[in-house]
Amino acid sequence: MSAGLGGAAAIVGIGQTEFSKAAGRSETQLASEAIVAALLDAGLTTDDVDGFVSYTIDPVEETELVRALGTPEVRWSSRVPYGGGGSQGVLLHAAAAVAGGAARVVVAYRAIKARSGERFGRAKVSTRPTSAHSGSTASQWCSPFGVLTPASWMALNATRYMHAFGVTSADFGRAVVQLRDYAATNPNAHFYGRPITLEDHQSSRWIAEPAIRLFDCCQETDGAVAIVITASDRAQDTVAPIEIAAAGNAGLFGEEIASDHYRPNLEVMEGSVALATQLFGGGFTRSDIDVAMIYDAFTPVFLMQLEALGFCGFGEAKDFIADGQISPAGSLPCNTNGGLIGEGYIHGLNLTVEAVRQLRGTAVNQLDGPRTALVAASRTGVILQRPL
Amino acid sequence: MTRPAPTITDDNRGFWEAAHDGRLVSQQCSGCGQLRHPPRPMCPYCHSIEHELVELAGTGTVYSYAILHHPQHPAFSYPVIAVLVDLDEGVRLLSNLVGVEPGDVHIDMPVRVTFDETEAGMAVPVFEPMGSST
Ligand SMILES: [Zn+2]
Repeated sequence: MSAGLGGAAAIVGIGQTEFSKAAGRSETQLASEAIVAALLDAGLTTDDVDGFVSYTIDPVEETELVRALGTPEVRWSSRVPYGGGGSQGVLLHAAAAVAGGAARVVVAYRAIKARSGERFGRAKVSTRPTSAHSGSTASQWCSPFGVLTPASWMALNATRYMHAFGVTSADFGRAVVQLRDYAATNPNAHFYGRPITLEDHQSSRWIAEPAIRLFDCCQETDGAVAIVITASDRAQDTVAPIEIAAAGNAGLFGEEIASDHYRPNLEVMEGSVALATQLFGGGFTRSDIDVAMIYDAFTPVFLMQLEALGFCGFGEAKDFIADGQISPAGSLPCNTNGGLIGEGYIHGLNLTVEAVRQLRGTAVNQLDGPRTALVAASRTGVILQRPL
Repeated sequence: MTRPAPTITDDNRGFWEAAHDGRLVSQQCSGCGQLRHPPRPMCPYCHSIEHELVELAGTGTVYSYAILHHPQHPAFSYPVIAVLVDLDEGVRLLSNLVGVEPGDVHIDMPVRVTFDETEAGMAVPVFEPMGSST
């Protein structure tokens, strides 16, 4: 665990808006609605909230949020650098804040109009030299070469991964078929009622050949989610607390965010390896994990993280998936809401909400009494646990 | 259809000015001799802020690639072949492969640098298969 925070904080409320392709209202409104829902779920009010945390890429201004919610006094706020790879970092920040006494009740949120607003998947040339904390990438080294989207940045890593381990597009397709199966029975998912076959995946058009087809891409989505965190002693008074048993952040020298192209061995996600060392360094083992949510912005990074986190050997995620290990009956059911590919892309924080639902026993694709969940998004992650 | 011009900063100016002159360069730390790309203002190994710009041979191999089909931007013709090239000196560059059919691109392919014009009269280093003629 990071610096002994394990067990010091708990998630006591979750909330969200509907997920759609056109929310028809501002991100500030989406965030506000999700936060009110999460506080209602926690049995708390906006008067209880004194801390906020989101990603640097999130467009909602803290001052606007406070004025919408009416929170009387913010004592602490923070932002985790960039986008989805930092998504679980909001829980580390929040846990540190409530454990250290800087705040009593922190709300982590992400509001996004990734479809009706600025789409990640649209080709646009940036004239900014750096990412400006946008969560995109150091665009100056990509834009002049037509490498303009997250899929194109990540495909360069994924092709190397395929080459190193003999992984094929059909191997990615088997993961997508499972994710779409989960989404098919999730009314909140974009792909509710729309499972696919491997053939459907293999006939979907190329986005970035040979690594990423259309069906390997997450669903650009409008919506917001919010999560309420407080110290464990206070959490005991709430209805359904879920302990933040471990939280980690591994930003490595040499690793960039989406344009992570300059490390010697791109076939391994070394940030995820380091994250696993943090998360599993404090007494948890992989076999303790009953259900996992793994950041699936694109299928290749889902497989690469399964390996880097140590659930199978390097190059073996394709076999792990083909053996059904990520299915409901497998050893590690994953992304049971359909993931970012099947449910929608609230930039990774909807995966955290699904983990909480699984541990509470309220998920639509509910597993049999999971107690311990991993949520991992590239360099950031948490282990969540239902108290006995 | 011309490529967008590179964005010039205090840290990268030397690289793009060299490219404009048809030269591929890398920063080399004056303190410890390490090459580094992309350009950065300080050596992470010895903290020297002094560097030279050394000319590279412009030859290397394809470390990875992606054939980009969608989405499309009007400044480029598709499919775009994006490559990571490991240069012989040990520097990695993100670039494009030109003068080759997409189906012929493969990892470890030997390539050499050439230059392609951009908007605003600048140029970027791109690569072509070794042995091809331009
Ligand atoms: Zn040096």
